[in-house]
Amino acid sequence: MTALNIQNLSKVYENGKQALQDVSLRVPEGAFFALLGPNGAGKSTLINILADTVRASSGSVQLLGHDLLMERAWGKRHLGVVPQEIAFDPFFSPREILHFTRGMYGQSRDEVWVDALLERLELAEHANKITRQLSGGMKRRLLVAQALVHRPKVVILDEPTAGVDVELRKRLWDFIRELNAEGTTVLLTTHYLEEAQELCDQVAIINQGRLIASQSMQSLLGDVASSSLCFRYEQAVELSESQEQALQAFAARVCDGVLCLDLQHEGEHSNFDTAYQAARQCFGAPLDTYMRQENLEDVFLRLTHKDAA
Amino acid sequence: MSGMNILGTWTLFQRESKRFMRVKMQTIVAPALTAILYLIVFRYAMGERQVPGLNVDYFTFLIPGLMMMAMLQNAFANTSSSMIMGKIMNTHVFLMMAPISPIEAMIAFLSAAVLRALVVGGVLLLVLFPFSDLHITHVWMILFYGVCGSLIMGSLGLITGMWSKTFDEMSMVTNFIIMPLTFLSGVFYSVKQLPPIWQALNAWNPFFYLIDGFRHGFIATGDSDPVHAIGMVLVVTLSSVILAWYLWRIGWKLKD
Ligand SMILES: Nc1ncnc2c1ncn2[C@@H]1O[C@H](COP(=O)(O)OP(=O)(O)OP(=O)(O)O)[C@@H](O)[C@H]1O
Ligand SMILES: [Mg+2]
Repeated sequence: MTALNIQNLSKVYENGKQALQDVSLRVPEGAFFALLGPNGAGKSTLINILADTVRASSGSVQLLGHDLLMERAWGKRHLGVVPQEIAFDPFFSPREILHFTRGMYGQSRDEVWVDALLERLELAEHANKITRQLSGGMKRRLLVAQALVHRPKVVILDEPTAGVDVELRKRLWDFIRELNAEGTTVLLTTHYLEEAQELCDQVAIINQGRLIASQSMQSLLGDVASSSLCFRYEQAVELSESQEQALQAFAARVCDGVLCLDLQHEGEHSNFDTAYQAARQCFGAPLDTYMRQENLEDVFLRLTHKDAA
Repeated sequence: MSGMNILGTWTLFQRESKRFMRVKMQTIVAPALTAILYLIVFRYAMGERQVPGLNVDYFTFLIPGLMMMAMLQNAFANTSSSMIMGKIMNTHVFLMMAPISPIEAMIAFLSAAVLRALVVGGVLLLVLFPFSDLHITHVWMILFYGVCGSLIMGSLGLITGMWSKTFDEMSMVTNFIIMPLTFLSGVFYSVKQLPPIWQALNAWNPFFYLIDGFRHGFIATGDSDPVHAIGMVLVVTLSSVILAWYLWRIGWKLKD
């Protein structure tokens, strides 16, 4: 079953800015889905359309098989959204906010769940302060608690860990992972790509309002990510035009004075040896060689730059 | 299909009414004090003078008008301040994300506005009653005009709150439209005292009917024809509620 099926979604803001252009995206039920993109890519626009705080210009969205844009009342009960912007009524305490939000979703008071949320998001000792007295990271965690208080089936988090310290971030992710293991579908945006790589099983990248990748994390890192062989010499390498020509097959480039050659893999084999020989021929024996595997961040940067060019 | 979100509507209503109960000084005590000040001033300025054309003394005439004016202004303040605060603090996104339909939102916001108006009106009545020889003649008229007036002002408050981007823009509407309209709609005088041109204009002023009808419930006489007034007030109430609902539904100035 598909948790979210987004079809040809476009958004043009009133000022003429096209923030989303024909984005189609499928989030399987139970997925831990990363929606990535540079600043201004349109991630929040997409999320805010799902949350009903921004109107779509065209396109359709299905949530668990229901038309989200038409059946809002149904959809909202099953969706929990953590908006990017922190905002709270300053006169309420976290506990009051959670009880209030639950009521708004038409669900009866549940002290046990509210306490559990406050506990897991490490807000228990701040539960009765007014929100004005909370720190930025605490407010962010309260925002997460608020999105979960009606036990939604699909949770969307727009940069939930921005401003949260390392340790709490880990624990916050553990909690989200637990919810995911219990069957909650999670879609998140983050600029911490290592975290996304570690946590998420699905990934989509948008750039300037357009989708440029959407696949499983495994296939993105397996097929799209390249590995390269790097050579360090006594002196920083400089590529002459003829050397570049000679090493063209390996997309030779220099990073921080180190020569890098792309490796091709085919089944069990790679062209490691030919690459090594070719580099030796041009530059002689290196001081050191090592392999570099592109991580999510490298792939992300490569794809978004290529797209921009 | 899911039924109405009754608990959600109730929760929102509670929030909207707790807000003014939380700041009682500002929402209840202050209007009462203002009304008392008006009364002291007018009592000494006007003495026992009668209102021309109506068989009541000026003081008795003034009290229902002041009550209604305070009620209208409070109903407006309740919805407009809630909207503008939500927009400025960005907390209105939670309202938009919650499964509260536009009809449910109207019910919650407008009931709270009516409640606040009735509380303010009730307090004023309690405070001013001992100083006057006021009678309650037609309870239904008092309630009808009180509730309709609050619904109209609650809806206008919502619309103004949606429209304004800043407190400044909102106070512009309050000070340049709402205040003059309520002031010039017969709180302080009988329209029969006005020049004909103003009388003619007043025939189109819904606030005039609200205040006149409300006062009629106390002093058993008024400047307008009751049937015409009730029709007029019903039409204006319905139109303003429907307009507020429609603008809410399309997310006017709320959703980009
Ligand atoms: N209300 C608005 N009116 C006009 N343009 C807007 C509005 N909101 C966002 N934009 C523009 O739409 C584009 C996408 O913005 P969006 O907030 O969706 O980006 P994002 O991917 O969430 O970025 P970030 O990582 O910085 O949060 C940006 O160019 C932004 O300037
Ligand atoms: Mg964003």
